[in-house]
Amino acid sequence: MTEQSDPAIVTVGLRKAYGEHVVLDDADLRVPAGSVYALLGPNGAGKTTTVNILSTLVAADAGTATVAGHDVARDPDAVRAAIGVTGQFSAVDHLLTGRENLRLMADLHHLGRARGRERVEELLERFGLTEAAARPAATYSGGMGRRLDLAMTLIGTPRVIFLDEPTTGLDPRSRREVWRFVRELVRGGVTIFLTTQYLDEADQLADRVGVLDDGRLVAEGTPDELKRLVPGGHVRLRFADADGLEAAARALAGSTRDDQALSLQVPADGSLASLRDLLARLDAAAAEVQDLSVHAPDLDDVFLALTDRSASRKAPPA
Amino acid sequence: MTTIVRAATDSSTMLRRNLLRMVRYPSMTLMLVGMPIVFLLLFVYVFGATLGAGIGAGGSGTDGRTAYLGYVVPGILLMTVAAAANGTAVTVSMDMTQGLIARFKTMPIARVAVLTGHVVGNVVQSLIGVAVVLGVALLLGYRPAAGPLGWLGATGLLALIAFAMTWLSVALGLVAKNVESASNLPMPLTFLPFLGSGFVPTDSLPVGLAWFAEHQPFTPMIEGVRGLLSGTPVGSAGWLAVGWSVLISALGYLWARRLYDRRTG
Repeated sequence: MTEQSDPAIVTVGLRKAYGEHVVLDDADLRVPAGSVYALLGPNGAGKTTTVNILSTLVAADAGTATVAGHDVARDPDAVRAAIGVTGQFSAVDHLLTGRENLRLMADLHHLGRARGRERVEELLERFGLTEAAARPAATYSGGMGRRLDLAMTLIGTPRVIFLDEPTTGLDPRSRREVWRFVRELVRGGVTIFLTTQYLDEADQLADRVGVLDDGRLVAEGTPDELKRLVPGGHVRLRFADADGLEAAARALAGSTRDDQALSLQVPADGSLASLRDLLARLDAAAAEVQDLSVHAPDLDDVFLALTDRSASRKAPPA
Repeated sequence: MTTIVRAATDSSTMLRRNLLRMVRYPSMTLMLVGMPIVFLLLFVYVFGATLGAGIGAGGSGTDGRTAYLGYVVPGILLMTVAAAANGTAVTVSMDMTQGLIARFKTMPIARVAVLTGHVVGNVVQSLIGVAVVLGVALLLGYRPAAGPLGWLGATGLLALIAFAMTWLSVALGLVAKNVESASNLPMPLTFLPFLGSGFVPTDSLPVGLAWFAEHQPFTPMIEGVRGLLSGTPVGSAGWLAVGWSVLISALGYLWARRLYDRRTG
């Protein structure tokens, strides 16, 4: 078998529409085994639909998808045996305890009594749930529920894991916990396909990022490649009054002004030389700067640049 | 593992889950059994004497009340079965809205297991409910004349009816957009015994209603249970009850299967 070198997920021309509404339009994806792929996009961009198709929940209208070497449409059971899915909301049985939830999963994976119990205790320990194991899941906090959900996903030792917005609604500490688990899993050789609306999450975790907007994959690459798509960083200047802004805007061609915030955004690569030059020009124009900040390009810039473009393509904002 | 063995194993795992949920959430069972008991007490102690006289059984007062108790118990038992099915719709809808069904669908388990787990679990719950309601009826002085065969037949028929009601409720739970509507959709099932021979003989009803009462499935079901428990001839009611149950089971099963395959929650 050449599973290791084969990509974990491949889609070609994947398409899905609900009635007139196209939610996924001709998506081509390729996720190497053992990597983390983040699908980034605003609400309604088609992220969950993509996960639903890849995890055999929904059939695509057109195109093909292969997960762990199996076609999702022709051999869904083989795909199911290879994947683990954590949906957008903690899908746990709230009436059962944490341990009972995990045992249910172990039984459904036919692990056998002894091995199942062993695996359950191991996962409780790993996800810090041993103490809470005998309590009903309904009493768990958001972070604990997510951890239980993840543990349930891992019971069957899946090779490909789908995480649909795994940290939405979590507090910062729980988010970091989820990130830590994701990194651990990747070290173990698992492929992770996650969706997120948080750019820092994709930046932190993903080897490759796909930007999904309105059902279309508008950009794809490593976080660094994507950042290179938008021209450099910028310096943001704030002024005490409109006169200062006016003077500076005249002196700095190519800058973007915001009259309401009394601020000016000047493209800059963040080097000391460019800053010195900028300050000299401001001095020459006698523009009084109240506040200055340097912004390195991040995925936010990429995201806004890419999704703005398509937003203006559609309809002007009300 | 062959498909059949896998389906059986997974179904029994799911059944264990549903039984465990029942233990963890006893107030649901109590509520579902409580309602028929309240109706039983209401109809026996408040309306019993008058209705007993009305059905022409054994005079008035205490005798009429006891006679009416004998008449009304089968209807109350059907109501118990319908109320339990109502609970299934709620549970299935909870599984749907909480994403559990989606989770199960992405796992390599037998497709039908999730639903059969609910169905068998609910039949067990229904029969427990039936036993409790019968227990209360016996305490009130209900003395059915049935022999062992009659009891066996009545239990079997009630189990079959519960099976039918549950498949229908599973489908209703899957089709419901949220838990609230899932708890309302099967409500008519609980009240259909009133529009049949559950509480008064159908010939005492106005013409149109009597026609409906004679042709709706609950009437032969009630008559079947009544005949088996009282040791009187069941006549065609028995077969009609079985026929209706099989038909409702089949339709409920097909509808539920279809919804299960199509809906993602």
